[in-house]
Amino acid sequence: MNTIQLTIDGREIAAKEGDTVLQAARSAGIRIPTLCYHERLNPIASCGMCYVEIGGYSEPVQSCATPVAPGMDVVTQSEVLTDMRKESLQRLLLHHPLDCPICDKAGECRLQDLVFEYGIHADELQPPAKPREVVYATSLIKYWPDRCVLCLRCVTACKEVKGVCALGVAETEGRRHLEFYPERCVSCGECLQLCPVGALTENLSPTKGRAFLVNKVPTTCTYCGCGCQMELSVLDNRVVDVKGKDDAGVNQASLCVKGRFGYEFISSDQRLTKPLVKKDGEFQEVDWDQAIRVVARRFNQVKKEHGADAIGGFSSARCTNEDNYLFQKFMRAVIGTNNVDHCARL
Amino acid sequence: MTNPLKDVLNSKVILVTGTNTTSNHPIIANYIHEAVTKHGAKLLVVDPRRIKLVDICHTWLRPRVGTNVAWINGLMHVIISENLQAQSYIDERTTGFEELKKCVAKYSPDYVAKITGIPEKDLIAAARLYATETPGSILYAMGITQHTSGTNNVKSLASLSMLCGNVGVAGGGVNPLRGQNNVQGACDMGGLPNVFTGYQTVTDEAVREKFAKAWNVATLPDRVGMTVTEMTAAGGEAIKALYIMGENPMLSDADIHHVEKNLQALDFMVVQDIFLTETARLADVVLPSTCFAEKEGTFTNTERKVLRVRKAVNAPGEALEDYRIISAIARQMGYAMEYADASEIMAEINRLTPSYGGITYERLEQGGVVWPCPTLEHPGTPILHINKFARGEGVFFPIEYQPSAELPDDEYPFVLTTGRVYEHYHTGTMSRKGSALNRLYPEALAEINVEDARNLDVADGEYVNIVSRRGSLKIKAAVSDITDRGVAFVPFHFYESAVNKLTNSALDPVSKIPELKICAVKIEKAA
Repeated sequence: MNTIQLTIDGREIAAKEGDTVLQAARSAGIRIPTLCYHERLNPIASCGMCYVEIGGYSEPVQSCATPVAPGMDVVTQSEVLTDMRKESLQRLLLHHPLDCPICDKAGECRLQDLVFEYGIHADELQPPAKPREVVYATSLIKYWPDRCVLCLRCVTACKEVKGVCALGVAETEGRRHLEFYPERCVSCGECLQLCPVGALTENLSPTKGRAFLVNKVPTTCTYCGCGCQMELSVLDNRVVDVKGKDDAGVNQASLCVKGRFGYEFISSDQRLTKPLVKKDGEFQEVDWDQAIRVVARRFNQVKKEHGADAIGGFSSARCTNEDNYLFQKFMRAVIGTNNVDHCARL
Repeated sequence: MTNPLKDVLNSKVILVTGTNTTSNHPIIANYIHEAVTKHGAKLLVVDPRRIKLVDICHTWLRPRVGTNVAWINGLMHVIISENLQAQSYIDERTTGFEELKKCVAKYSPDYVAKITGIPEKDLIAAARLYATETPGSILYAMGITQHTSGTNNVKSLASLSMLCGNVGVAGGGVNPLRGQNNVQGACDMGGLPNVFTGYQTVTDEAVREKFAKAWNVATLPDRVGMTVTEMTAAGGEAIKALYIMGENPMLSDADIHHVEKNLQALDFMVVQDIFLTETARLADVVLPSTCFAEKEGTFTNTERKVLRVRKAVNAPGEALEDYRIISAIARQMGYAMEYADASEIMAEINRLTPSYGGITYERLEQGGVVWPCPTLEHPGTPILHINKFARGEGVFFPIEYQPSAELPDDEYPFVLTTGRVYEHYHTGTMSRKGSALNRLYPEALAEINVEDARNLDVADGEYVNIVSRRGSLKIKAAVSDITDRGVAFVPFHFYESAVNKLTNSALDPVSKIPELKICAVKIEKAA
């Protein structure tokens, strides 16, 4: 891969051929504000935040959509650029309701952060005169058209990452909004994950937690063998939300419907909470000591009467490596048999 | 997998067979989509069902269910007869090519078409595509393995890959997509009847001595044990007691009438699970354990990457981590087994397992590590068999096509095949407990071909009876062109419509996998 030399904010930078000015700046640790840009998507260039000045160009350009060229002299911060970014923000905010106190996204909203950073004031804005109805994109995702800034991350991701194309843009009474094709939607929530504002929200957890109040626990998904990296949001000992974890390794923050929305079982009231021992065909709750004693006694009894190979153990593809290791150790060292296998075949 | 799951982004051709990737490994399907639409890779789908990936494929072959060896041999026949094989790779790295050549000689496109139903010209086009666009990756799943010829199917795919020089290169490989979060890890950890951790065999005396010493016992059993399917079949006879942790054979095994009979014949059964599953209901003792969100540990994903699992919430009631329950039983039986936490267990795994030697919790804080990784300094091994096969030379196995154990006949004229749907998971124990996934897919549906439905006078959404030699099922029909004429597909997640009452428990002679992917049934409109 050829490298290209250019200057950004007076610094000599070596960039990869084919990179955009934005990518070159980011690689060099130079921050250019963005809202619609996402590493995994082709440039959308809808938000107007990433403007830069380039020597010899008649006017500022969007850095996300401008490829690097040898000898370019790029400026990322200037009064002109700040004014342009403020104008872009004001355009995005023109009809955006200032309903941050009741918005799921408050505290992790890209728009909120940028407005705060650029010092836009409420008196410069025009809240929507005629609020639009909140609708369901799917049974699991709500769409708040007034909050939507039409950055098109969701539309682009649905097409480029998933190949699903369940989202488009339409116009009603002169106002543009998202359009949904539910028959195509697979409820993966990629749109939800990438929405930088609160326009798409999860419609599942009865409890909601502010981004800064929940405990976020990074972990690995429990469904298929992909091993998706995810973050569980926990509030009051309850998982209230699951997000894809932004790592380059496995899933690049994508999840499927099971990973993202299949977490209710954790706090199901059908979970087993006490050891059970069957007496006269009925299960009875017992304490752990009693349950463990019954199991040990019966295993010893079968071993004595029929030998260790009359006992078998199914370990589990659902359990951790540590659980499985101990299970086979138990079967081999304590019971004394190699009759141990698991559901790999099923 | 021999290669990382993102490695399809480096492939020029991707052969997908026996995996409905979009439904069952959606994240890998994302990468296939990206490879095709952004990087121009050619997608070759070989599947009896018109799976979603067919929409973006270059070529789709639709073989009859259970004819895998025939079409794979057919591809190899065309490649060799047109001299498209990677001869220098074959000469340098493999053995058995002449035997393979002799074996596939009779699998001409014409002969293969008769067995598989794949048109000759399509087979030839697919062979040329796979052989000329390199590197080429092969992805497969249970559609390849859950047959009485499962082991042969896998060996045949490995031969096809080696024939074109695709094993041990980026963008290539033979890649089984594993269906459960830690099925790779459960195998790696010795949850198998013939091996300890890291595939160290129980029949090797030196290995047994090493483990006996580490585990502080005088001896360890030297005879290979029974598989899950064998243990279930021997219930009440050779097997008197079962300890089942996190499994639900009452829904997932083939021919579950028979499974139920055998489990009930046991002297004693203990089930350790997070819910009272269909299997747990038959147990003498049920022990409540924790789910993934309630414990520390590791899973190993399908690309052999060891990844951390972290505790997010407290377990409900008195539920305990599986490893604490196992330790408690061991102690009660007089064996000292005590670990302060999961990391102590991993430290023991590190000491006893060369391929996991360098995979410590400390290191995993920085991200997943791919085994083999023998030392702390080792970077891990994302791609296997680079330059040289792990066993030395790669072996071509000459393999003949053999028909499935139970084929359609006059009385049972349809083929029944089973699998999963996108919205649910395995026996539904987790995915059916909440509201979200049930909103999207509330009940079992039998996919039936449009023409068959017309002949049976069944409309979409009407009920049918599906009957095999082992059982019957009343189920709602979903009429579409996804399955071919003569084939019905039913997912196995639903206890109230348990399709495994119908399936055939005939086993692959080597892997002991039941032939869940094909049995003969009759279908009638339900009264």
